[in-house]
Amino acid sequence: MSNGMKFRYPVDGNDFTRAGEISSKVKKQLKQLGLPPEVIRRVAIIMYEAEINMVIHANGGTIDVEITPEQIRLVFSDTGPGIPDIEKAMQEGFSTASHEVRELGFGAGMGLPNMKKNSDEMKIDTRIGVGTIMDLIVKI
Amino acid sequence: MEQSYWHSVTLDRDACRGCTNCLKQCPTQAIRVQHGKAKILKERCIDCGECIRVCPYHAKQAVTDKLACLQGYEYTIALVAPAFYGQFSRTEDCDLILTALLEIGFDDVFEVARGAQEISMATRELLEGEELLKPVISSACPAVSRMIAVRFPNLINHIIPLRSPMELSAQAARVEAMKKTGRKMEEIGVFFISPCAAKATAVKDGITVRKSHVDGVISMKEVYLRMAQQIGSVKEVKKLSKAGSVGALWATSGGEAKGSRALRSISVDGIHNVIKVLEDIEDDKLSDIEYVEALACPGGCVGGPLAAENNFVAQSRIKRLCRELPEENDLIPPEIPRLWDGAPVYRPVMELNKDLGKAMEMAMAIEDLAERLPGLDCGSCGSPSCRALAEDIVRGYAQETDCIFVMREQLNDILEHVKKNNIAIPQELLEGWENDGQKEG
Repeated sequence: MSNGMKFRYPVDGNDFTRAGEISSKVKKQLKQLGLPPEVIRRVAIIMYEAEINMVIHANGGTIDVEITPEQIRLVFSDTGPGIPDIEKAMQEGFSTASHEVRELGFGAGMGLPNMKKNSDEMKIDTRIGVGTIMDLIVKI
Repeated sequence: MEQSYWHSVTLDRDACRGCTNCLKQCPTQAIRVQHGKAKILKERCIDCGECIRVCPYHAKQAVTDKLACLQGYEYTIALVAPAFYGQFSRTEDCDLILTALLEIGFDDVFEVARGAQEISMATRELLEGEELLKPVISSACPAVSRMIAVRFPNLINHIIPLRSPMELSAQAARVEAMKKTGRKMEEIGVFFISPCAAKATAVKDGITVRKSHVDGVISMKEVYLRMAQQIGSVKEVKKLSKAGSVGALWATSGGEAKGSRALRSISVDGIHNVIKVLEDIEDDKLSDIEYVEALACPGGCVGGPLAAENNFVAQSRIKRLCRELPEENDLIPPEIPRLWDGAPVYRPVMELNKDLGKAMEMAMAIEDLAERLPGLDCGSCGSPSCRALAEDIVRGYAQETDCIFVMREQLNDILEHVKKNNIAIPQELLEGWENDGQKEG
């Protein structure tokens, strides 16, 4: 039981309306495991923000979820344009999302700050033109 | 009280044919078909009544009280839900409908629209304060509150801490009658005329009410025929209606949100739509919304499984009626509390095991099994989906061969074995089977 449970989900970069589906699946799983509601809430928010980010900026990617009795690790990988200025991206309200995307109610610049706020650890490995890997941990 | 799980929704075993209609429709996966009959998992059921609506054999029923219950009280009051007006073609004549209720045996009437109006006003006040977590979710629909208690623990503190219009009205009705008649509290029987099963459960085993002020819940269907006959023969219509449109509009989807006066509100009806919205709130997607009116039945309370009239017709009638009524009318004294007795308690009914390590082992076993099952979600095994069957197997309530596709494969293997070893099988048993074991056609 030491390795925990691992899941991998592909994120479709072309479909806004499906964002949230993966979050919903993972939430169901976590509720079955009987994890504290607060942990589930934090994971749900991170998952949703990350899913949206991947659709808006990176044309999709993959989500890896690893659950152990101590923590939930969420790894979001994409082959998008990369984040040029992480410090800026971490500021509330900063967004590089296009006008069209903002019209849809996304790109308010709360994605990364919200992910940080709801996780215990957050590492970002981003390379311009190569992609971004975000590695987050929510402790149980 | 939290463990008692009294439910209004029950099964008539003789009428049940073990089909998959209710199984597939249940929003909490609370139904299984075992040995050819449906079975309700009590801890999961939220009494939304979806199964009552879809059962073609009327095997799913709501336990409610009969009109005969009135005999147990000296003085009886009919608590009239606003949806009740929509049941009759002469909707706009509230006084006529209320007078007919007196003629079929009630001593008094009290319109729940009055309580609803008060809850609207209390909602406005609470929304103006900054204390509540946004979006605020209405507490009026007991099936939705129960859904939150079993599946959305994170949203419990989003529910507005108010009583239902029914509870507020019930207490107000009793107090009013005690003053009017000089009778003791227990001599007065307060009966809610209900469009839904969830209200019956809310009265007997409420999750936000310690002790209900409603003595009995009578289904709208139960009084409908007698009322329809009586309405035609009322001789003298009494002036009884005191409801305003703010309260009466609660009968239909959108009415409650309108009454809240929240600028950014949404009204969602139908339990499956409600689930989608609750998921979104949980993911923090609706943080710009102030108020969420969420009703389990399509169209709102007029669409309840115990309502007699077509829900669309009833909606139209209620809207017409509300154009005639004054906006706000008779008030309920402020001494009668608006706040609920307490928030619902999380019931982790989906949990696999109390021990996290064990639960994870089970969850992995479920994943493995779900991969092996065909993914058709046909329901023939008696579980609502292949995944649910995988869960049931791991929980020890079912076995893999409950799946007819798994069973077919196994049968083929057996047949193969039999043939290879030249074991004799009576020819008639093999009829219809090809050499490869597949059925013809």
